[in-house]
Amino acid sequence: MAEAATKPRTLPYVAAITDGVRAVLNEQPTAFVAGEDVAEAGSVYGYYNGLLKEFGPERVIDTPISEAGIVGLGVGAAAAGCRPIIDIMFMDFLGECMDEVANQMAKIRFMFGGNTSLPVTMLTMAGAGASLAAQHSQSLEAWICHLPGLKVVMPTTPYDAKGLIIAAARDDNPVIVVLNKMSLAMQGEVPEEDYEIPIGKANIVRQGSNLTIVALGRMMHEALKAADQLKEFGIDAEVIDPRSLQPFDTDTVTASVRKTHRAIVVHEAVRFGGFGGEIAAQIQEQAFDYLDAPVGRVGAPFSPVPFSPALEAHYVPNAERIVAETKRLLGL
Amino acid sequence: MSDAISKETLLDIHRRMVRIRHFESTAGKLMEDGKIPGALHLYVGQEAVAAGVMANLTDEDQITSTHRGHGHCIAKGGAFNEMFAELYGKVTGYCKGKGGSMHISNQALGILGANGIVGGGPPIAMGAAFANKFHKNGKVAVPFFGDGASNEGSVHEAANMAGLYKLPIVFVCENNGYGEYTPQAKHQAIVDVADRAAGYGMPGVVVDGMDAVAVYEAAREAINRARAGDGPTLLECKTYRYYDHVGIRGMGLNYRTDEEVEEWKKKDAIDALERLLADQQMLSADEAKAVHDEVLAEVATAIKFAEDSPLPDPSTLLDDVYA
Repeated sequence: MAEAATKPRTLPYVAAITDGVRAVLNEQPTAFVAGEDVAEAGSVYGYYNGLLKEFGPERVIDTPISEAGIVGLGVGAAAAGCRPIIDIMFMDFLGECMDEVANQMAKIRFMFGGNTSLPVTMLTMAGAGASLAAQHSQSLEAWICHLPGLKVVMPTTPYDAKGLIIAAARDDNPVIVVLNKMSLAMQGEVPEEDYEIPIGKANIVRQGSNLTIVALGRMMHEALKAADQLKEFGIDAEVIDPRSLQPFDTDTVTASVRKTHRAIVVHEAVRFGGFGGEIAAQIQEQAFDYLDAPVGRVGAPFSPVPFSPALEAHYVPNAERIVAETKRLLGL
Repeated sequence: MSDAISKETLLDIHRRMVRIRHFESTAGKLMEDGKIPGALHLYVGQEAVAAGVMANLTDEDQITSTHRGHGHCIAKGGAFNEMFAELYGKVTGYCKGKGGSMHISNQALGILGANGIVGGGPPIAMGAAFANKFHKNGKVAVPFFGDGASNEGSVHEAANMAGLYKLPIVFVCENNGYGEYTPQAKHQAIVDVADRAAGYGMPGVVVDGMDAVAVYEAAREAINRARAGDGPTLLECKTYRYYDHVGIRGMGLNYRTDEEVEEWKKKDAIDALERLLADQQMLSADEAKAVHDEVLAEVATAIKFAEDSPLPDPSTLLDDVYA
């Protein structure tokens, strides 16, 4: 289905999530939502508010605090004919269910020689900036992008949140939708109708001519701010939001770099071993001859996410860091 | 004891056990001769559990199995050709050679996978049972797991949720006395894993896993209960594996005595059932031998099928990573 073009209205990111899940529950009779505090409480961030009343307790289900059980529920129910939406409240809790994610959900279709599809959608909340410290603030997308069999998307706007959730739920593969807690209040246009954002297709959010900034998740907004600041240095940055990390839209990124000849990759996750390294490698493999400078990377320092606002503000990448890295890289 | 069980059912259970025994003993030799690649965890000794439980299930019901999974798959209706071909890594195998011994699966037979991760199956079976309840389809899910797996958190989470949601599921613990090479007394403080059922709000039942009729009857009650919507049961079957953790002779580690193995073999479930069937004049010694011969012939045919089958083409590697 094409991306939506009509009936825009403004919603916060949190309500766009609800809207996407509601669309899925309306569209797919075997879809249900299961997770910790998703039903009566509507989730700790409120993005399932109202769905219990609307769809009833058979389709919006509170679970025990049992992440392995929740993912097992999703995997087994999907193998037995449902299309579950499972909620892992914080992405940090992947540690509690990594066997179910990595060894079961990701691999079952392959191990079974293709005789089973697993249409499971997982919603999970990532991101630092709320003083939630080291175990409730991480961006762990690199863990899951390394697992063949999973798809991974990261919506950065209300519009993308709804569209990617719908696309994820319509996909016959396990898809992990990585949400960002600092984006929940962000307002944006969200059509009332159902639409999907195609998985595997990047979004060029700002056209530019002499620098490509590939920015994951919430960093896309910081990259746009950085692009404004870089104008005074003669930099006209193109900003790309991959939206989908697995599969990754290498073509869109490398086409941009062939045009701009410079690239910088930005994510909130720890820089070392982060997904940005993969993007940088892809760029160098496919556009090496077009590059006028090394591919830069901006990410978090090699430290757990700190608690104190003073430390956390220093930790999380932002527009100023992107500008500084760009200037360093280009000798400005 | 077996008054209520028909001759047809008893013979069916017997055949399922014999099929497992000969498949496994042959597969073990083929592995140790280097013809089958990788590691096989063989089920010989435990046949009464798979056969007794599965005789109560239809193809529609789901199971999850373990790394020691051939017995469950055979008892659930797995065909020798496709099973041997999978062990040989051939494209004609149940998983096109992509899964191997520890991942045999088949949707049509309700086999939601053997599983290489100890404790990997129960959460998946719980999810399947959740779907069964969601669809109100009357199907029952049965996860098999060992005494070793009973210590995994995943099993605890699955059992708690099954009890909470009153799901149509029967947790079958095959307590063979060892978690790999570690005896039960050194891996848990309890003797009966079924004791844990109380903590999940479900009945816990202990049965002699070397007695196929007892397993059948206990499983029947638990499965009927699940199918009727009355919730899960934890059924613990006390059993024993004759072979090593891996292969037949295995690595020759010094973790149990030959005397112990021989003592358990005196309780052999196939021998016991054949004595019962002979006593009740349901199966003579000649007729029993005929069953064994038929199965052995089927094993030989399947090995030829597997050996003659093509290997997967490397170009197909990525085919099943995504739907």
